Amino acid sequence: MKKKLLDIQNLEVGFTVYGGYLRVLNGVYFDMVEGEKVGLVGETGCGKTTTAKSILKILPVPPARTTCGTIFFKGKNILTMSKNEIRNIHSHEISMIFQDLTAALNPVFTIGDQLMTAIKYSNFRYGMSKREVRKKAIQALKEVQLPDAERILENYPVQLSGGMRQRICIAMALATRSTLLVADEPTTSLDVTIQDQVLRLLGALIQEKDTSTILITHSLGLVREWTQRVYVMYAGVMVETANTAELFKNPLHPYTKGLMAAVPKLTGEGIAAGIEGRIPDYLHPPSGCRFNPRCPEAMDICKKEKPPYFDCGDSHKTACFLYRD
Amino acid sequence: MRIATTAAEKPLAPGIRERIRKGWYTFSQNPLSVVGAVIIFLVVFIAFFAPFISPYPEHAGNFVDFDNASQPPGKTHLFGTDVFGRDILTRVFFGFRLSLIMGVVVISLTAPVGVTLGLIAGYKKNTWVETLIMRITDIFVAVPPLILALAVAAILTPNIFNSMMAVSLMWWPWYCRMVYGIASSLKNEFYIQSAEVTGASTLHILFREILPNCYGPVFTKVSLDMGWVILLASALSFVGLGAQPPTPDLGTMVADGGKYMPDQWWIAVFPAIAIMFVVFGFNVMGDGIRDMLEVEKG
Amino acid sequence: MRIVKYILKRLLHSILVLLGLSILVFIIARVVPGDPARMALGPRAPEEVVENFREELHLNDPIYIQYYHWIKGAVRGDFGYSILTKRSVTSDIKDFFPATLELMLLTGVIMSIFGILLGIASARNANKWPDNVVRVFSYLGVCTPAYVFAILFLLIFGYLLNILPTIGRLSPAIDQPPTVTGLMTIDSLIAGNFRAFGDALKHLIMPSFALALGPMAQEARITRSSMADNLQRDFIALERTQAIPERTIMSKYLLRISVIPTVSVLGLDFASQLGWAFLVELIFNWPGLSRYGIQVILNKDLNGIIAVIMVIGVMFLVVNIIVDIIVSLLDPRIRLGAERSA
Repeated sequence: MKKKLLDIQNLEVGFTVYGGYLRVLNGVYFDMVEGEKVGLVGETGCGKTTTAKSILKILPVPPARTTCGTIFFKGKNILTMSKNEIRNIHSHEISMIFQDLTAALNPVFTIGDQLMTAIKYSNFRYGMSKREVRKKAIQALKEVQLPDAERILENYPVQLSGGMRQRICIAMALATRSTLLVADEPTTSLDVTIQDQVLRLLGALIQEKDTSTILITHSLGLVREWTQRVYVMYAGVMVETANTAELFKNPLHPYTKGLMAAVPKLTGEGIAAGIEGRIPDYLHPPSGCRFNPRCPEAMDICKKEKPPYFDCGDSHKTACFLYRD
Repeated sequence: MRIATTAAEKPLAPGIRERIRKGWYTFSQNPLSVVGAVIIFLVVFIAFFAPFISPYPEHAGNFVDFDNASQPPGKTHLFGTDVFGRDILTRVFFGFRLSLIMGVVVISLTAPVGVTLGLIAGYKKNTWVETLIMRITDIFVAVPPLILALAVAAILTPNIFNSMMAVSLMWWPWYCRMVYGIASSLKNEFYIQSAEVTGASTLHILFREILPNCYGPVFTKVSLDMGWVILLASALSFVGLGAQPPTPDLGTMVADGGKYMPDQWWIAVFPAIAIMFVVFGFNVMGDGIRDMLEVEKG
Repeated sequence: MRIVKYILKRLLHSILVLLGLSILVFIIARVVPGDPARMALGPRAPEEVVENFREELHLNDPIYIQYYHWIKGAVRGDFGYSILTKRSVTSDIKDFFPATLELMLLTGVIMSIFGILLGIASARNANKWPDNVVRVFSYLGVCTPAYVFAILFLLIFGYLLNILPTIGRLSPAIDQPPTVTGLMTIDSLIAGNFRAFGDALKHLIMPSFALALGPMAQEARITRSSMADNLQRDFIALERTQAIPERTIMSKYLLRISVIPTVSVLGLDFASQLGWAFLVELIFNWPGLSRYGIQVILNKDLNGIIAVIMVIGVMFLVVNIIVDIIVSLLDPRIRLGAERSA
């Protein structure tokens, strides 16, 4: 039985903004064991990035507030860790790849500066010499198949294409040999032709280093191809989770069903259907199940109570009163 | 593969009323902008109705009353009186009038000219027209605006009209440059090229296609500029090149009052605060307008 | 190499602009009604003397000839004769320029350094009291003309508290150090005369702060909002996930990118202060180029006016080039041209 790596229980996070308080995460549950590749799927605005940033504890704390919940990493609660412990986690255990390529790298510093700094602090306990750091940096760049690594170290982000920048981000994330990688929509801002390349690379590297990965995306296709287990997220709650194959074979939650139906099928059976409505306003979220205004199968109880998880088989859970067996 | 989850959405076609309401909401989010708007409203009101709401409207003109000269602020004269016995509060009110008029005149002159030239220069990029216009603006911006305005104002006879002309001469290049930036970046947009291809006249392209994109920045600049123009004009009158006595002009009043510092401080301080007040109002309101227009864009 | 090419290009462009400026001012200046020769010699001078003088000043020639004469002289450094001071404009400028240079140097230093520091302090204490104080100050500072600050300072520090001198560059009691650079402070240091140094500094404080407060407020505001914006960006978050010490993130990674907009504005702000200096020098009776400028303007001394405008134009130019170089050093995006598409 593999060890549980990450265990999030009932996480509630909100943001204080001008107009009020955005209750974004409304009781998030998530867990994974070592070596797993887990997908986190949901539409834009459902709270995926907020969850990711919570795990890494990089939410901007004045507007953001964690009102409830725990995030256990290797048995210790991240939310109550001291600054030093968090630093440790950052340098050795968890790394992240960001979605927005143009903003992920500091534009006024060279790649070399940023990459070498990342490596330096990832091993700060061991104090490497500058030459060693540089060697590692070049090695990391070679691993992501970037040609002419020496020259790239001297370049600035503005001189490189999106695909190259993303590879560098991957290199930075993996150079630290972390246990867990959180990849937030790693290919969304890339050209379609590059997306596949970069994903294959990422997949191969994760495989090779046996890095546990959380793949955050809004693309069902990616999830199907690259993950072993999936969490489906909507409006700050996990609505369903299952092994990937099982989820696609047998989606239970009305939202998941809607997502699957919305994907155009290659067999060309008519136009893909959408889901009526929009994501809720986090200032005034709907009571009870947050999906109830859009749910084609909503019942009375859905409007009043928040659905807990119901077990529906081998690792298959869903938060929907329809399955209140 | 992307997921279409919001297929059945309401079509977006905001009417003018909706936009105004949304705009006001954004604007009012920042309490400071609202303060600015209130200040400007107050100033405009005062300027408009100056003859009716000033306690001593005659003091705005050629009036002397040496018995009451140099009175400190008190019950009968809220801001005190100057060395000629004139009520300073009244003169400040009339001063607002003058400042606003100057601001409006200067901007009404410079904005259209500057914007038009900027449109032309930006659209006709890489032609002699652009080079000519932009080189001329370069010349004007090579020197701080105040200095050239001073020089021009000094050369002409000092009066309000000439100082307005001087400031206008200095001001149009800034509009030109800003609009030039917008126009030249838009020049290669598809809708411009398609308009060209379908035979639209240059005039049409300039004013119906490119110009609407400039409304936002220009409008913001206008509201911020009112403050700057008033500041510049006050500097000109400070050295005696603007309104001549006995016309009440805020800058002149500060200059005159400066002579009697520190004993009769109120003669200079109140007009100075009035200048700050009005400029602050325009600055802050202009910021709010800029925020409002940015939200509309994004 | 690139930088040298850039400077040369700018210089060439600027020379053309200055030339154009001189033509513009020349034309405006010659439009003035009135007779400079008569004004110089006074109403009592006999007509033939005035006529001779007019010939000397080429006032009867067509305007392009007058300009030609002026350019010929200007290139040699001779800006003609000042009717105000009754001597060559060039020597006037030589006398007065250092004072303004000293004043503007200190002003520039104050407004950039303090402005940025205030902005940083404000951003780091976002929404707490230091931030709010700085924000109020920045709003007020931007809308207060420098001459109002000058008068206020005069009133408070000069008269009421009487701790700072109100006129000129040096107190009459102190010996002026031998002129090496023309900058009173530097010259005193060179001469080892610390009393003079302190005294010169005391004279400098009020006028330079009067000029610096406005832009300082502006710089603080821009720095603050730039830092606040950049703090939200992903690369800062990324740097945090890489366990980089917070101090390093703030002082190195955040700082460099945040001061770029501030520095870009410095040039313009400095230029506008060059304008306000005209009034401030007048108020403090500072014997500088700007006070001379006001005097020649008010007295319609055309040679003086043109020369002053040229000198100021050159100052502005140099400052702009320096600022542009600094910005392109700081920001590789500008140095290396347009971004390649992702």
